[in-house]
Amino acid sequence: MAGLLKKTPFRYALNAVTAGGLYVIIMALINDNVLNRYQALMLIPIGFNIILAVSLNLSAGFLGQLPLGHAGFMSIGGYSAALLSMSLSMPANVELPLAIVFGGLVAAAFGILIGLPALRLRGDYLAILTLGFGEIIRVVILNLEFTGGANCLRGIGKQTTVTWVYIFVLITLFVITTLIKSRHGRAVLAIREDEIAAEASGIPTTYYKVMAFSVSAGFAGVAGGLYAHYLSILDPSTFGFMRSAEILVIVVLGGLGSIFGSVISATVLTILPELLRDFNDYRMVIYSLMLVMVMIFKPSGLCGRYEFSLGDTLDGFFTSIRRQLGKGGPTDAADS
Amino acid sequence: MALVYLLINGLQIGSIYALVALGYSMVYGIVKLINFAHGDIIMVGAYCTWYLMSRFSFPAPAAVAAAIVFCAALGVLIEKIAYKPLRNSGRLSLLVTAIGVSLLLQNVSQLIFSPNPRMFANIFTGTVTIGDRQFSSATVVTIAISLIIMVGLTLLVKYTKIGKAMRTVSEDNETAQLMGINVNNTISFTFALGSGLAAVGAVFYCCSYSQIQPTMGSMLGLKAFVAAVLGGIGSLPGAMVGGLCIGVAESLTKGYISSKLTDAVVFGILIVVLLIKPSGILGLHRNEKV
Repeated sequence: MAGLLKKTPFRYALNAVTAGGLYVIIMALINDNVLNRYQALMLIPIGFNIILAVSLNLSAGFLGQLPLGHAGFMSIGGYSAALLSMSLSMPANVELPLAIVFGGLVAAAFGILIGLPALRLRGDYLAILTLGFGEIIRVVILNLEFTGGANCLRGIGKQTTVTWVYIFVLITLFVITTLIKSRHGRAVLAIREDEIAAEASGIPTTYYKVMAFSVSAGFAGVAGGLYAHYLSILDPSTFGFMRSAEILVIVVLGGLGSIFGSVISATVLTILPELLRDFNDYRMVIYSLMLVMVMIFKPSGLCGRYEFSLGDTLDGFFTSIRRQLGKGGPTDAADS
Repeated sequence: MALVYLLINGLQIGSIYALVALGYSMVYGIVKLINFAHGDIIMVGAYCTWYLMSRFSFPAPAAVAAAIVFCAALGVLIEKIAYKPLRNSGRLSLLVTAIGVSLLLQNVSQLIFSPNPRMFANIFTGTVTIGDRQFSSATVVTIAISLIIMVGLTLLVKYTKIGKAMRTVSEDNETAQLMGINVNNTISFTFALGSGLAAVGAVFYCCSYSQIQPTMGSMLGLKAFVAAVLGGIGSLPGAMVGGLCIGVAESLTKGYISSKLTDAVVFGILIVVLLIKPSGILGLHRNEKV
């Protein structure tokens, strides 16, 4: 078993089976009314917040830049997806993925467009520049005719279902984890550790920075598309700086450079304000107070750079069981 | 004729931005932190003045003085509680803490004062005639007092002992410590000074816009921050120049293009400046080393 768990194809199969199993469990919980209608609907915001957080983590945690305009890409993706699906008249299950992929592509294109000039700058200046772009995107959308301007874009089909959100979350997680584990991902990590040294080692830094940035923007666009078809109304004022800050908060709380952390943190931080609804007046106060507290007492975020891997966990589990049974020979010691 | 009024209006709002930008710039220079809570300190200053004047019928100067003291104390308190423990951890965690503090201030004031906007009675009523043109006295007082404050601040930073300490700490924190400068006190003083200036800016802002609400600080703060970056963050004359530039640009956009596009123009200017000269108009360029 231990040997099998180290093989990549087997690990992919294991993850696929687990993902499928989790889906069956979630659907069973919804169909059997263990989760009520309201709780089931909460799964959708959890899903797009996971996509937003994981995609931001790519450029903030793995590339080591500090973008403050993530909501801008989300709005670009949301508006493009919504406008496409409103002009099409196809069955919902064809239209929705088409519209969302389109939204993601448009956002990724904008990511390249904005990333090329922006990524010449470093650190705080990059943060400020992306903040500026985010605000400009919002103001432009507010003043365009076909986006509905300040009157909001209305009448978007309510097509986002738990299934679609689940599929897109899986795609996001798969693409971003495999990207980071690949050769390209190692180049991105090298840029995070030391940009000048990475450049000296022959890594085309501009290319990889723009690539990571636009992939990150593209998935923000996907989340935007899901968001648009969930609310069925898009209000430009909700894509301001505070939205970008909220996503950043999710990522930093989960741990910069930990996808697992982002997933957990997005889930908790989406549910938490709902749980605090009973203390409605105080909930945002508690939320912000908690944020400051976590930062003071655990500045690396809740998970640091820890990454969860089902294969590794099972591997460790079986190894320790064998040790417990006294069958652990010298080969196992060499393995670990 | 219209152009003169637009320019004067621009200078008025520009000097408010400059006052707030000074706080951003000083804090950035000394702890390398974009203090997102600074914008909300403006809001606290505005509410403090309004509350003292409307509930306890304080005379205006006393209310303003109290607001300045309160904001300065709040600035120091925030620094001590939220930023000081994080001084040695990453800049990103500091930034997120600042965003957290900003959210906290906004929500606490929503809890106390309700999210509805309140009317703020103009302190400076009447008009002033200069030459053959009439200006509201709020405009004249804002520009005049801001200028006096900026000159005073420049002198303070240049010639006083604490000013020299501030410059030393911003240049090199550790060496300053070796020279016997109390770094903690210097940083606290910087926060107090910046927050006090924000309170002054808040009063002037309220006099020209006559409305206060808990979220008023975020956009004002962002624009003042843009002004600080435009002028060259960490540089005091830069913050003043940047503030005035942003104010005039905003006022001209309102007058000649469209009042809806002011925000886009402000951030557009920021982007162009950052791409051409990332260190800002008056900022120093520092080479990076491995």
